[in-house]
Amino acid sequence: MVKQEREIGNRPDNTAFTQQRLPAWQPMLSAGIVIPGFVLIGLAFIGIGVALFVTSRSIQVLEMDYTGVEPTSPCFRCSDPDVKNCVCNLAFNIDTLFKGPVFFYYGLSNYFQNYRKYSVSKDDDQLSGDLDNFESPSDTCSPYETVGSVPIVPCGSIANSMFNDTFKLYQIVNGNEKLVPFDGKGIAWWTDYNVKYRNPSVTPLKNAFNNTVKPISWPKPAYELDTSDAANNGFINQDFLVWMRTAALPDFRKLYRRITEGDYAKGLPAGNYTLKIAYNYPVLSFQGRKMVVFSNVSWMGGKNEFLGIAYLVVGSMCVFMSIVMLIVYAKFKFPEED
Amino acid sequence: MSFFGVDCVKKNERELERKLCANDREYNLSFKYATNAIKTSKYNPFTFLPLNLFEQFQRIANAYFLFLLVLQVIPQISSLSWFTTVVPLVLVLTVTAAKDATDDINRHRSDNQVNNRKVQVLIDRKLRSEKWMDVQVGDIIKLENNQFVTADLLLLSSSEPLNLVYIETAELDGETNLKVRQALTVTGDLGEDSEKLADFNGEVRCEPPNNRLDRFTGTLTYAGQKYSLDNEKILLRGCTLRNTEWCFGLVLFGGPESKLMQNCGKSTFKRTSIDRLMNVLVLCIFGFLAFMCTILAIGNCFWELNEGSQFMVFLPRQDGNNAAFSAFLTFWSYVIILNTVVPISLYVSVEIIRLGNSFYIDWDRKMYYSRNDTPAEARTTTLNEELGQIKYFLSGDVYDYTGQRLDLSEHTETVDFSFNPLADPRFMFYDHALVEAVKLENPEVHAFFRLLALCHTVMAEEKKEGELFYQAQSPDEGALVTAARNFGFVFRSRTPDSVSIVEMGQQRSYELLALLDFNNVRKRMSVIVRSPEGKLSLYCKGADTIIYERLHQSCNKLMDVTTEHLNEFAGEGLRTLALAYKDLDEEYFNQWKQRHHEASIVLDDRESKLDELYEEIEKDLLLLGATAIEDKLQDGVPQTIEQLSKADIKIWVLTGDKQETAENIGYSCNLLREEMNEVFIVSGHSPDDVRQELRNALTSMKPVEDSVLLPERTLGKGVKVLTDEVVNGEYGLVINGHSLAYALEHSMELEFLRMACMCKAVICCRVTPLQKAQVVELVKKYKQAVTLAIGDGANDVSMIKAAHIGVGISGQEGMQAVLSSDYSFAQFRFLQRLLLVHGRWSYLRMCKFLRYFFYKNFTFTFVHFWYAFFCGFSAQTVYDEWFITLYNLVYTALPVLGMSLFDQDVNDVWSFQHPQLYVPGQLNLYFSKKAFFKCALHSCYSSLVLFFIPYAAMHDTVRDDGKDVADYQSFALLTQTCLLFAVTIQLGLEMSYWTAVNTFFVLGSLAMYFAVTFTMYSNGMFLTLPSAFSFIGTARNSLNQPNIWLTVLLTSILCILPVVTYRFLFIQLCPTINDKVMFKVRRAKATPAPQPRRTRIGRTSTRRSGYAFSHAQGYGDLVTSGRFLRRPALSRSSGFAQVGRTTTIFSPMGRSAGYSPTGRPQNAKVQDVEVTSLQMYRTITNPAL
Repeated sequence: MVKQEREIGNRPDNTAFTQQRLPAWQPMLSAGIVIPGFVLIGLAFIGIGVALFVTSRSIQVLEMDYTGVEPTSPCFRCSDPDVKNCVCNLAFNIDTLFKGPVFFYYGLSNYFQNYRKYSVSKDDDQLSGDLDNFESPSDTCSPYETVGSVPIVPCGSIANSMFNDTFKLYQIVNGNEKLVPFDGKGIAWWTDYNVKYRNPSVTPLKNAFNNTVKPISWPKPAYELDTSDAANNGFINQDFLVWMRTAALPDFRKLYRRITEGDYAKGLPAGNYTLKIAYNYPVLSFQGRKMVVFSNVSWMGGKNEFLGIAYLVVGSMCVFMSIVMLIVYAKFKFPEED
Repeated sequence: MSFFGVDCVKKNERELERKLCANDREYNLSFKYATNAIKTSKYNPFTFLPLNLFEQFQRIANAYFLFLLVLQVIPQISSLSWFTTVVPLVLVLTVTAAKDATDDINRHRSDNQVNNRKVQVLIDRKLRSEKWMDVQVGDIIKLENNQFVTADLLLLSSSEPLNLVYIETAELDGETNLKVRQALTVTGDLGEDSEKLADFNGEVRCEPPNNRLDRFTGTLTYAGQKYSLDNEKILLRGCTLRNTEWCFGLVLFGGPESKLMQNCGKSTFKRTSIDRLMNVLVLCIFGFLAFMCTILAIGNCFWELNEGSQFMVFLPRQDGNNAAFSAFLTFWSYVIILNTVVPISLYVSVEIIRLGNSFYIDWDRKMYYSRNDTPAEARTTTLNEELGQIKYFLSGDVYDYTGQRLDLSEHTETVDFSFNPLADPRFMFYDHALVEAVKLENPEVHAFFRLLALCHTVMAEEKKEGELFYQAQSPDEGALVTAARNFGFVFRSRTPDSVSIVEMGQQRSYELLALLDFNNVRKRMSVIVRSPEGKLSLYCKGADTIIYERLHQSCNKLMDVTTEHLNEFAGEGLRTLALAYKDLDEEYFNQWKQRHHEASIVLDDRESKLDELYEEIEKDLLLLGATAIEDKLQDGVPQTIEQLSKADIKIWVLTGDKQETAENIGYSCNLLREEMNEVFIVSGHSPDDVRQELRNALTSMKPVEDSVLLPERTLGKGVKVLTDEVVNGEYGLVINGHSLAYALEHSMELEFLRMACMCKAVICCRVTPLQKAQVVELVKKYKQAVTLAIGDGANDVSMIKAAHIGVGISGQEGMQAVLSSDYSFAQFRFLQRLLLVHGRWSYLRMCKFLRYFFYKNFTFTFVHFWYAFFCGFSAQTVYDEWFITLYNLVYTALPVLGMSLFDQDVNDVWSFQHPQLYVPGQLNLYFSKKAFFKCALHSCYSSLVLFFIPYAAMHDTVRDDGKDVADYQSFALLTQTCLLFAVTIQLGLEMSYWTAVNTFFVLGSLAMYFAVTFTMYSNGMFLTLPSAFSFIGTARNSLNQPNIWLTVLLTSILCILPVVTYRFLFIQLCPTINDKVMFKVRRAKATPAPQPRRTRIGRTSTRRSGYAFSHAQGYGDLVTSGRFLRRPALSRSSGFAQVGRTTTIFSPMGRSAGYSPTGRPQNAKVQDVEVTSLQMYRTITNPAL
């Protein structure tokens, strides 16, 4: 019976695939490839490393902590949670021209925006302007989903905890305070501003927020974030967008304003400055720190010396290993005979 | 495939006795016996889904993922969206379900096919054609020639005289020879008269359904008489009726209750050692997972106490501030996140790889045997990599692996046999001198061939005029008779008292007066015949030494010449026979015959009396000449054995043959060698003898040490493992079946195993099938090594099933061995390709796959672990959820599959040239706990690089336009991109054989990653489902940053640098055999010409090998009894595709030698000798089945 099935023509096909004869490239870790490869990679890395390092060095950064933990700190007074509407003045001095465009960041540390329950606590549908989710926010927003039975819009921990310190920078020119103009437009990602976050298409915007409450910690509702500019109001408020893009690590900085206008388009000239800070945001309860950062950027982004150094180190290691390998190869090259 | 399925239906209540009445359906129905319908399928359309799912979730991996899924729907725990688990799980379940469904559909089909076969059933006094499934117990059915037996039947009557039927039981037990069943005379008288049959109302009481194929007890009550029934009267389902025009039978057991179906119990599911290791590792990984989760849970507890409790301003804890509870939830959350250390796709991928590598075996043209159109077949697709780890190779009868061609390179001229119309057309002969001698009617030469034509126990079958088929008791005999036939002395037929031959065209009938049969003591056989002219002669053939003792004085001179030739033959490893004859005196013979008759009816001591008589008449013989038979093994057997032993595979031959035969074969297939220091022979008859012999052998191999102490180490649970020992020199061991029985006893088995393992080659002869299995079990028990058993006959089945891997040689002795084997092919020599090429590659690929797979998943997972320390142990993922879902399924699946399907270190030619490449597999070098641990360490390093480099590079940095790039989403994208590059490059390092497909898979997968990522992060996707695609724009915004790409480059290089360095230095400092061969290949550039396959392994043996004869007890009785001289069958059953394998070299001696121009023995070589099923006789004397 088995025989009958075995008719003529059981011979397998003679293809390179079935016979496992597919043409192939068989690379090997031979000395001829590895050692020159290492040298080349090493040299290239050193080159990149030098470029990165030099670039990073050329970036100017000015960091100032204003948490007000230390009694000497100008904001010490404001750090008391009982004090409301406190403004503190942070005076500082710039020696040489701080080349523009200058970016002004606020930074927070020991702040776990990446804590899972925190970072999921938002409703993307709601933030994209879906009115259904105004009425019933997603339960991911918990514990800032509703107040009683009234939905919170924008709901969730992230929105609720929006950074609300405000800054004003003055240059001291001849004893007078001269306001340095801040540019608050285009500090968020284009996609966030144009696609991800949408206000509901209701005019006036305020009506969309009927039967909702503002986030508990917010002083004013979302539709009043920037009453002067409809394009910067509601969910597409730039500060809101920047805040909503949660940080990966517990120490982070976020873009607050750019200094691109007027006399300061070329940068901040040397001189004395005062930063007036409306101190609202509580961080001391969890040993958080707040800081402000002035920085300019290069082709490789912000200042980060790590990459350059890492490239230099790895490149040197490559070169070094190639020498080791060369010695080993010359000395121990494995016996030719079998 | 065969028509019976796999699973049997179990019967709930036990039946104690079966009662049935012929032709009485109503009565029989009252017992609710099973009908003849069989069901081997598992599911029907309605039960498929629940049953199949239930079965699938019994697998631990699936159950684990179901558990994960449950965890994921608990909102407090869920750290990943449900789809990350559901997508892979559904995919895996679907693939498996689809496979199960197709399998079951096939089973349904074959069930239907079998159930709908037609058979003639006697219903209402008439024969009607009914479907098999409608046949019921108690029915009388009619079977015709070549039909399958429908159910287990009681044979009632048949067309043959004496109510005999012939059946073939190949489907049942693999034996292709015919067996005889005989009906009771009382039922036989019913004939084919349907009236009589319809009136038959016999009542049968018999045993309940069982699986004993060789036993049946029951009684038939008919017409007031009681008849006992035994196996001889039963036709079992699965047999085929042969050479019998028709027969009638009474159905006793139907369908699932038939012995065949009762017998096809679940075959044990074989697992490979990698499987077992993997199970252990998976358990370890589970433990490790729990360990990691515990650490993270503890971390979470501390974090909650120190940080989280204060971070409440922005994230209040609903469930109070219970750090311990939070830690508990975190534990489970991390179980979900880190689940990728036990990837579900691992099991699926392993199955795919094994399947692919099995297909390569099926597809291999170099394992295809064109002569019987048989490709190799991987019948089990789950054992491939084990083929690369074989340490013990246990072979059944190599004797049977005989080819049927002889390479005739020395002679080129073909002789025309047309003068002889009865010549076997396939016989080719290349020496004219002998033919001339025959044609010249040289009386000596004629006597020589006449002897060959007369003195044997071969049966002839003449199906058509001039077309003869011989059934010989041994292939040697068949070869000799065939040779005589081609020289014009055609054995044509025999009756109990005559032999008809055609001598040079003349029909002559010799009266067969006596047949002095062969046995092992006599080592010769003789016939006494009276020629048509009335001359009485005795023709004798036998072992040369025996014949020489009985020669007449006058032959001395001839003896010397012959001895010279015999030595020459022996040197070539041929087996020899001496031929002699003598003319008998009528008067003396009559007197001898009288005494012979008397002796043969004596009750006691008959044997020795007969022997004496034989001795008396077989003397003063005249030497005619000698024959030499080469035991032509299948092509390439010695080469294969040599290759395998070079690959450090221990070869044990377990054969049913006699010791001498086995030794001969051992020498001729290069297993035993002249150069061996010693070949021990253990043949003691008592336990003490055997023990002593074993100890002696041990002491001579290892004289120094205390040889009684066994070097063993104890594995967990007290399982002892015998370690390998090194001995100086090469030794062989030949052990006899009865000694083996003692050696396998519990008290001695370790000693025996130890001794046997020190030997290069072990031959166990005269072993029973059970012993074969016992030997396999012994090796499996005490040696942590993989065993492979190969065999071709039903007697090898137990061994094939017991070994880790069973290989069946197809197309020789029925299919039973093949049916129970894991791999089958047609030629023994294909074994080396199976092991050294397919096995090695499969092992290599599987190990590479596992190493890489664990690496990539561990790396993937460990990054989460590091991230935990920076996200408050909050079970935050470090990648996008879509990436987590697709990582194993899409981004890294194909490249690694491609590697495990195409990779090869060196090609097959080089694999053959360097069998040592096989050794690492035996030592488990490529994948072991150690290798696994190294993988884990490597991934630990990679994950550190993959987390901390992006961490440091992104820390406090911004885009080149000052905007955010250190946000969570960008960081996730960066890390996952780095990861994917790192693991892909690592794959490139692992892969040593880049075909276009591999390149396509690797680059394709990377391209796929970017395509999918950009799609997932696109506006369109977000707008359709904002909450599922919240990563919108991340790719666009961060992948255009140079520092992102510089980070990717840095991590990739940093991940592979140490690997490359380590490997390079390792190759230089202590290269493995693979490295050496690969470098050699590289230097050679071109592949070397393959070794000429048929190099004759030169033997300078001076050893006189045994005489050419079957070593079984003679069957002369049967030949002369006439029981089997049935009329020639009309059709030749297909099961007889036997192959012969002998070369016969004739050396006519004496005066005939003068006809040879060179004075040398004229060589005749027989080719393509048809050898027919000789088991027929065997069965009759030994009616075990």
